Amino acid sequence: MIALDVEQGVAAHAGRQDFRRILRELLRNKAALVGLVVVLTVATSALLASQIAPFNPVAQEITNRLKPPGWIGADGRMRVLGTDHLGRDILSRLIFGARISFVFGLSAVLLAGTLGTLLGLIAGYEGGRIDDLCMRLTDTMLAMPFILLALAVIAVLGPSLFNIIMVLGVTSWVSYARVVRAEVLTLRTREFVAAAQALGGGGLRIVGRHLLPNVLTPVIVMATLEVARMIILESALSFLGLGVQPPTPTWGGMLADGRAYLSTAWWLATFPGLCIMLSVLGINLLGDWLRDVLDPRLKL
Amino acid sequence: MTPYLFRRFWQSLLVLFGISLIVFILLHLSGDPAVLLMPPDATQEDIDNFRKLMGFNDPLFLRWPPWDAMNPPWRLVTDTQYGRFMGGLVRGDFGLSFRHQQPALGLVLERMPATLELTLAAMLVAVSVAIPVGILSAVRRNTSLDHAGMVLALLGQSMPVYWLGIMLILLFAVRLNLLPAFGSGSLSHLILPAITLGAFSMARIARLTRSGMLEVLGQEYVRTARAKGLEERRIVLKHALKNAAIPVITVIGLDLGTLLGGAVITETIFAWPGVGRLAVQAIANRDYPVVQSAVFVLATIFVLINFLVDILYTYVDPRVAYK
Repeated sequence: MIALDVEQGVAAHAGRQDFRRILRELLRNKAALVGLVVVLTVATSALLASQIAPFNPVAQEITNRLKPPGWIGADGRMRVLGTDHLGRDILSRLIFGARISFVFGLSAVLLAGTLGTLLGLIAGYEGGRIDDLCMRLTDTMLAMPFILLALAVIAVLGPSLFNIIMVLGVTSWVSYARVVRAEVLTLRTREFVAAAQALGGGGLRIVGRHLLPNVLTPVIVMATLEVARMIILESALSFLGLGVQPPTPTWGGMLADGRAYLSTAWWLATFPGLCIMLSVLGINLLGDWLRDVLDPRLKL
Repeated sequence: MTPYLFRRFWQSLLVLFGISLIVFILLHLSGDPAVLLMPPDATQEDIDNFRKLMGFNDPLFLRWPPWDAMNPPWRLVTDTQYGRFMGGLVRGDFGLSFRHQQPALGLVLERMPATLELTLAAMLVAVSVAIPVGILSAVRRNTSLDHAGMVLALLGQSMPVYWLGIMLILLFAVRLNLLPAFGSGSLSHLILPAITLGAFSMARIARLTRSGMLEVLGQEYVRTARAKGLEERRIVLKHALKNAAIPVITVIGLDLGTLLGGAVITETIFAWPGVGRLAVQAIANRDYPVVQSAVFVLATIFVLINFLVDILYTYVDPRVAYK
């Protein structure tokens, strides 16, 4: 009992030290710090959207349509980023749009990551025909014209947030499966797996208790970078009209609306694009740093 | 080498089979393809007749019970919806486009040259910028040139293509009036779409070239070449680049396929008359035979490109075939 307590104590201490080391490295790396600040800002706006948005994001004021950034209305309140073609406040819509982008990005990645990790674990551990089948499945998914397939499936099923998350989640597991499989293939030959097998551990136990914890690091690194890709994809679908439907504000949808007013009201398309780019850049910077710290082998 | 290529060929065939399955299932995802394909104001009778006409009442993959369909035995699988779909697919028949009343595959293939032209131009733009930037960044590591190159690459990877497209239109077509905003036909029409489509790959290839070069430049054979007194330019371009090229070739191959599929958005923004735009219009018009053939053709080209890259790979790095 005492030995167990000591062991847990040592593990907790090591965990704290790891955390401190990561924190120290984060503070030293300017790019990662910028990424963290951007991601935290967008995440906070998403969480507190109803508290911080200055206006109702769907309230239309046709008389105030297409007002430029910094315009002050008859009510004496400034529209910091201007208004859109229906007189809605762009800043408020961007703040609420962050909510959709983040909910979507995180959920799709969670779904794809879980699916991919499971398939990768099974393929890598079982080997043989099951592995072959899983690999051909990943090749098939990789070959599909992703956006077109997603568009077609969403057109068939209907464009709701749930359907879009399902479609992008179910079609994006490939990279996780490949990385996890490759990891498992090398881990499978290690002594601790052989020891677990010799002690009579079943397949499920070995996969769940011994292999899974060891493949989580690359999965977390990949998942971080994939959130960025998912945000771009969701906005692309919204841009093509098959994302979350109006009047719900989405960054891609706002961009698509702004296209028609490019020559007269540049701010409509510019600000949502900047938001997408900054969020994705922030996540990429953070993800790159996380990869360098946790798993340098994945570095491109 | 031959058994390796044979294995890759066989694997590619399996992948094509998988693609055919996904393309087939696409139409059946909603549960009732007849409802999906008929106009929203169609009556129940129209839908029932259409269902019968298209054979949507038949089993999907297997006739059941088997003893009713065993004569001849292959009827068990051929006389099903998927069997007929595969039969058509082998003959290059995806059915008629509902909107254009022409063979769907023909429509897609007609638009293919425009998509290929755009994709190749985008890849050309990407490679011709990315590789010199990647090499320069690696050779001048940690200088302001390196930092500028990599910041640009990071921005390129973070920018949504369609936003870049819109910003390019805003700047070069609307403000400066230098290039056409949409359409096709001349080289000037190609510039903005090619940059838009190629930006992401450009960023990826530049980062990959840089890291590949950095790794190779630290190797002993490079040190030997330097010790021999070889000219730096020759070391970088001949000794280092050739070895750093392997992952870059893979990514170029993969990206070429991705660009073909990704051209959907670029073609929509710039009204480029390619397969992607045709497919997006077909999705909006519920013209599923065209959607199915577009997905199948693009995926097949992707598989083909990958197979070719694998062949190329065995020349660049013969070890691959013996692994």
